[in-house]
Amino acid sequence: MIVEIGAFALALALVLSLAQVGLGFAGARRPMLAGAGEGASVGVFLGVALAFAALVAAFAGSDFSVANVAANSHTAKPMLYKIAGAWGSHEGSMLLWCLILTGFGATVAVWGKGLPPSLKSRVLGVQGLLGVLFLAYTVFASNPLARLANAPIEGRSLNPLLQDPALAFHPPFLYLGYVGFSVVFSFGVAALIEGRVDAAWARWVRPWTLAAWSFLTVGIALGSFWAYYELGWGGWWFWDPVENASFMPWLIGAALLHSAIVTEKRGALSGWTVFLALAAFTFSMLGAFLVRSGVLTSVHAFAVDPTRGVLLLSILGVSAGAAFALFAWRAPALAPGGVFAPASRESLIVLNNILLTAATATVLLGTLFPLIREAIGGETVSVGPPYFNLTFAPLMALAMLALPFGPLTAWKRGDIVASADRLKLAAAVAALAGATVFGVMSPRKALASAGIALGVWLIAGVAAEIAERTRAFRAPWPEVRRRLTGLPRGAWGMTLAHAGLGVFILGACFETTWKVESAQALSLGGQLRLGAFELTLKDVRTVDGPNYLAERGEISVTRDGKAVCTPRPERRFYTAGRQSTSEVALCNLGFSQIYVVLGERRATAAGQPAWLVRSYFNPWVQLIYLGPLMMTLGGLLSLSDRRLRFAVGKKA
Amino acid sequence: MTGRLFLLLAAIFSLAAASDPSERLADPAQEARARALFSQVRCLVCQNESIDDSTAELAGDLRKVVREQVAAGRSDTEVKTFLTARYGEFVLLKPRFSLGNAALWLVPFLAVLVGVGMLATRWRRREATLALTGDEESRLAALLDDEAP
Repeated sequence: MIVEIGAFALALALVLSLAQVGLGFAGARRPMLAGAGEGASVGVFLGVALAFAALVAAFAGSDFSVANVAANSHTAKPMLYKIAGAWGSHEGSMLLWCLILTGFGATVAVWGKGLPPSLKSRVLGVQGLLGVLFLAYTVFASNPLARLANAPIEGRSLNPLLQDPALAFHPPFLYLGYVGFSVVFSFGVAALIEGRVDAAWARWVRPWTLAAWSFLTVGIALGSFWAYYELGWGGWWFWDPVENASFMPWLIGAALLHSAIVTEKRGALSGWTVFLALAAFTFSMLGAFLVRSGVLTSVHAFAVDPTRGVLLLSILGVSAGAAFALFAWRAPALAPGGVFAPASRESLIVLNNILLTAATATVLLGTLFPLIREAIGGETVSVGPPYFNLTFAPLMALAMLALPFGPLTAWKRGDIVASADRLKLAAAVAALAGATVFGVMSPRKALASAGIALGVWLIAGVAAEIAERTRAFRAPWPEVRRRLTGLPRGAWGMTLAHAGLGVFILGACFETTWKVESAQALSLGGQLRLGAFELTLKDVRTVDGPNYLAERGEISVTRDGKAVCTPRPERRFYTAGRQSTSEVALCNLGFSQIYVVLGERRATAAGQPAWLVRSYFNPWVQLIYLGPLMMTLGGLLSLSDRRLRFAVGKKA
Repeated sequence: MTGRLFLLLAAIFSLAAASDPSERLADPAQEARARALFSQVRCLVCQNESIDDSTAELAGDLRKVVREQVAAGRSDTEVKTFLTARYGEFVLLKPRFSLGNAALWLVPFLAVLVGVGMLATRWRRREATLALTGDEESRLAALLDDEAP
């Protein structure tokens, strides 16, 4: 019964979202209708929320008469994964997508009080159009609440690789990011319809972009962390099509964050900011299509269905095509905005945008090139990590070299030489750090040492900026303290995010260059040397899990005879799907980690049982996750800045 | 109990990637070279994995081929040429610099050039708006002359 109510609520939401479109666009001219449009947006959200709650209830109660539950759940699964199973499949995750899409629409309706009424109405109208497309797709082509005529006694269970805490929360965060950009998209289209993009518009767009980008950062980091410990070979980024699909909106979102600042503060780049606002959600939709259609092969291939892929491609084509056609028509009429000198903060932000956009184009081309080559000449090629390392990395390195100059250079007409003068100390610290690493670390790697210098340059560069703003080391302490506490949260947010990027670079360079790997078949009591560490296989025992059987190894790690830690890696066999996974054991040593995998069972020459134990020492690997965490916190801190609150008044 | 044992045995099918000690070459320098090559070779039957990462049987066979070639003293280029002749360009994770791949390798840098070109145009337009026309110059000169004592 609950499931039927949910299915009905979903259909109702589709009809209401049609009303939202009509009332939204009509309400822009007739204020009387605008309120009804807002009501419809909230109604749509409530309908989808009810449908989603019904699906979660069906999963929690293992109602196998629902096709989606039968295909993706199992009674023996722990409750967390039963609930997470609601968004673990194609149908369920599209419903989550719709929930977030309509939720953001309702948020604009309820909290967007400071928006000019006509703009708000049109934003809701456009958001409603997106809602119609995705809800219609969910209701007619991918209904998660469809019943089965003959319910099976037991479900087919979720892929065991996906039964993991990080992955349970990865899709909701990822979608909050992906779909968060839909609001920015709607603001862009609404502004094009109104023919006005000004500082006030940019100010309303910025918090949405910040929120979406921050969520996307968490989502990507969780996914990467999952790959790091679940796939069992310690890699955290593979330049895989599915990863690229989530990375492209992130890069465009980062470009948009910056260009919107120029539009808000200086009134310049308005056309470009709108273009990015449309592009961010277009890339989100492209990602949804690439991941689900199966046009590209991927390690994370998920919920693949080619026929539905065509429908998703149509949705992408219709919405992005219409938006960009509108852009081509209306953008030339937008006010050109303020002028700026070659040496100015505007120019530096434009440079940031050029490099981020070129990087996005590179990722897009690298992802789609195998398809293009095959379509043109019929040849099949592969584009893998070596390509991205040679193209993407230098583009980003250039952007990072220029980054610390941005906050130190004045708007409109700045002085690059003066900025460079303020960064002298940061440059010296970075060079020293790079040289030290080059001298101390073995094996000696020039490129990675330069990468370390770059990471330190970013961190020292933002420190120099804070020092400059507070007149540290020049003014007396009380004044410095007064200036420190007077800095707006937005400034701290920016500093934290930029420093986070530096921290990430440090982790990425250390981990990829100086990781130590060691593997050996060990019988009980056998030893394995991993760099400075000694690993001993103490014990292997059979463990009975909730929905799996496992062999759990106990390994003691010592360094110079002193105990360090006792990792307990597992090999699990999931009986429902007859699949096995390896559960990696991690042991934290400062920012570094020891990573241990228990492999297959073998026999020694003497006929005793032995296990293949693989282990890695991953230096500074935790910085790879600390960096994105700092970026997210930076984004949220900026979001909490009074000037960027959602309900900010009309004054620009 | 025997049922459980059977399940456990079923679980213990091969899971051995490139680091498997039974596959290794005796010479550490050669082994390091082979490992570096592995990360540039695609596992043909896998979902976008290199043979360094993959646990598939075919990946193991390819690793064996590469290790044999390295042990026989072939250069990296020779090994790659051999693999390409056998499996096509698809096997290389780093596409070659060839005419067919020209767009792939050039676009990232062309995109930057186009962007910088557009920025430069904007700067020039600024100079044009800031510079005075001949008419304005003469009016300014006249005004300044008037003010002169």
